[in-house]
Amino acid sequence: MSLADGLAFAIRALRGHRVRTGLTLLAVAIGVATVVVLTALGEGARRYVVSEFESLGSTLLAVIPGKTETTGAAAFVSVTTEDLTLADAEAVRRGVPAARRVAPMTMATETVAHGERRRQVVVAGATSEFLEVRRLTLSRGRFLPPGDVHRGLAVAVLGAAVARELFPAADPLGGVIRIGSARARVIGVLAPRGTQLGMDLDEVVVIPVSRAMRLFNRRSLFRILIDVHAHADLARAKQAVVDVIRERHGEEDVTVITQDAVMASFSSILRALTLAVAAIAGISLAVAGIGIMNVMLVSVAERTAEVGLLRAVGVGRGQVAGVFLTEAALLSLAGGVIGLAAGGLGVAALIAAYPALPARPPAWAPPSALGLAVVVGLVFGLVPARRAARLDPVTALGGR
Amino acid sequence: MIRLEHVSRTFVVGDTVVQALADVSEHVRPGEHVALMGPSGSGKSTLLNVIGCLDRPTAGTYVLDGREVSGLDDAALTQVRRHLIGFVFQSFHLVPRLTAAENVELPMVFAGVPRAERRERVAEGLAAVGLDPRADHRPEQLSGGERQRVAIARAMVMRPRLLLADEPTGNLDTSSGRQVLDLLGRLHEAGLTLVVVTHDPSVARRAERVLLMVDGGIVRRLGPDEVGAGPGASA
Repeated sequence: MSLADGLAFAIRALRGHRVRTGLTLLAVAIGVATVVVLTALGEGARRYVVSEFESLGSTLLAVIPGKTETTGAAAFVSVTTEDLTLADAEAVRRGVPAARRVAPMTMATETVAHGERRRQVVVAGATSEFLEVRRLTLSRGRFLPPGDVHRGLAVAVLGAAVARELFPAADPLGGVIRIGSARARVIGVLAPRGTQLGMDLDEVVVIPVSRAMRLFNRRSLFRILIDVHAHADLARAKQAVVDVIRERHGEEDVTVITQDAVMASFSSILRALTLAVAAIAGISLAVAGIGIMNVMLVSVAERTAEVGLLRAVGVGRGQVAGVFLTEAALLSLAGGVIGLAAGGLGVAALIAAYPALPARPPAWAPPSALGLAVVVGLVFGLVPARRAARLDPVTALGGR
Repeated sequence: MIRLEHVSRTFVVGDTVVQALADVSEHVRPGEHVALMGPSGSGKSTLLNVIGCLDRPTAGTYVLDGREVSGLDDAALTQVRRHLIGFVFQSFHLVPRLTAAENVELPMVFAGVPRAERRERVAEGLAAVGLDPRADHRPEQLSGGERQRVAIARAMVMRPRLLLADEPTGNLDTSSGRQVLDLLGRLHEAGLTLVVVTHDPSVARRAERVLLMVDGGIVRRLGPDEVGAGPGASA
C-alpha cells in the first residue's frame, strides 16, 4: 500500500465524521496555539527587558555597597562593612581613567509639595552626571549644575508627571517646592520618559546628592553609576574600581555589576519562564492527545465490521494498525497546523493590542509544538491501533 | 483445491468446551461448486471460516491449493486470503463511506496494486456484475441486490481461485437473489471453485454437491437432485 493511498483512505475515514474530527482538531489546535501565544508573550517580555537595558547603553557599571555573592543563598545576604561615600566616588573619578562619567546617587521616598498640592515621590540625590549616565533629556530649564558635589544647592529637577501635578497651571521653573521640611527651587523639568528598569522617571524629583544625604540622614550612597568610554573598557574599569575601593576600605566590600550581567540574568530568568509556560501549554496538548485516543477508540469500535472485512480481503494486522495510526497522526498534524495559524493570528492580535511588547514566539516554539502534537497523536493513537489490529477477523465480521 | 483431514475446531466458552467442528474430512476439487447446508449451530459457518483461512483448526490438517495452511501464522494466512480467496457475506460488508468503485478497489489498494491498473480492474469488475453505471454510488444509494453484486465484484477483483459465500441471498428478495445466484453460476462456469453456505434448498440445488452438516460433522453428501424442496430439508 502506497503512502498516498494510505493518506487518502485515512482522509476519507476522517471526513466521514466531520463533527467528531472537527472537535478533535480544535482540541489539538488550541493546545498548539496556546504554546505559540504564551511563548510569544514570554519571549516578548524578554525582548522588552533586553531592549530597556540596551537603551541605557552597554557601557554602564554600578557600584553597590556590600559584597554580594551570586551563588546560593548568599545572594540574598549582603553585609555592608563600610559606607560608600561621596569621597569614594571622587576617588573613583580620579583613580579610574576609563570612567568617563561617575554619578553617585542616593534614593528616598518623600512627600513633595507646592502650596496645597502634595505628592509622595521618589527623590533621587544625584550629580550633574546623572543626566547623561541615565540617558535622560530635559524639556525645560537646566539640570543640576556641575561641580556642586559637596555643597548641595537647594535646587530640584522635576520629573514630567511631578511637574504637571504640582504646577498644573503655573510655570514650574523658578517655583519653590518643599521636600519634606526643606525647600528647593525648581530649575528644570525632565522630558517624559516613562518607566525604566522599574523606576518611573516621570515620577521622580532629582536634587543634589550631598543635600539629599543630609535631608534623609544617609551616611552611605545608594550606588555609584559609572559610564565608561567603550564597552571594551568594562572589565578593566570594573577591576580598577574594585582596586580603588579596596585601597580605601581595606577590603573589597562593594559589588560592581555591569549592565550586561544584570541584563543577562534578567534575560535568562525570562527565558526559563518562557520554557515553563511552554511546558504548561504542552500539558494541554497531552490532554488533546487523550481526546484523540478517545475518538480513535470510538472509531475502532464503530468500524469493527470494516476491520473484519479488511482482514478477510487480505489486509494484515500491521496494515490495520497503520490505518488507525495514520488517522491519529493526521488528526494531530492537521490540528497542529491549524493551531500554528491560530497562534500566529493570536500573536498578531497581541502586537496590535500592545505595540510596545515585541511579542514573537522563540524560533523553537512553533516546530516543537507541532512536533509534540504529532508525537502525542501517534502515542495516544497506539492503543486504539493495537486494539484494531488484534481484532479476531471472524468475531469482527460478526460471526461465531 | 480443498483437502480437509480430520479437522476439528473447539471453542472454550466459560468452562465448557464447544465442539464446532468434529473430525471433518472432505475433498473439494478445483472448479467444483459445493453447498453447505445444515441447521443453525451445525458448524457450517465455522467450516467456511476454516476453509477461508479466517479461522484455524484446533486439530487436523488443511491443504489448500496443494499447500498445507493449517500450521501457518496470521501473516501467512493473510497472504493466502489476499491472493487465493474471495469472500461474499450475507450482510455485504461494504464500507459505507466509499463508493461502489472504491469498495471494489479496496483489496487492491492494500495489496499495493498500482493506481492505473486498479482503475482498469475496477471498471472490468463492475462491468462484469453489470454495475458500471453505478460506480460512483455509495452503498446506501444501491439496492440490496446491487450491493451484493458490488461485494462479488470486490471478492473477485484480486482474481481468487476460491470464492466463499455465506448465505449470499439471505438478505435479498427472490429476483435479486436469482440475479446474484446467476452471477455466481457464471463465475463457476468460468472455472472458479465455489463454496456456498445456505439454508435455502433452491440455492443448494444449483451446486454440484451438497454437504449436510449436523453437530459439527458432515452427516450426508448429496447430489443436487437429492436436496428436498420441502421445508423439512432446509431446517
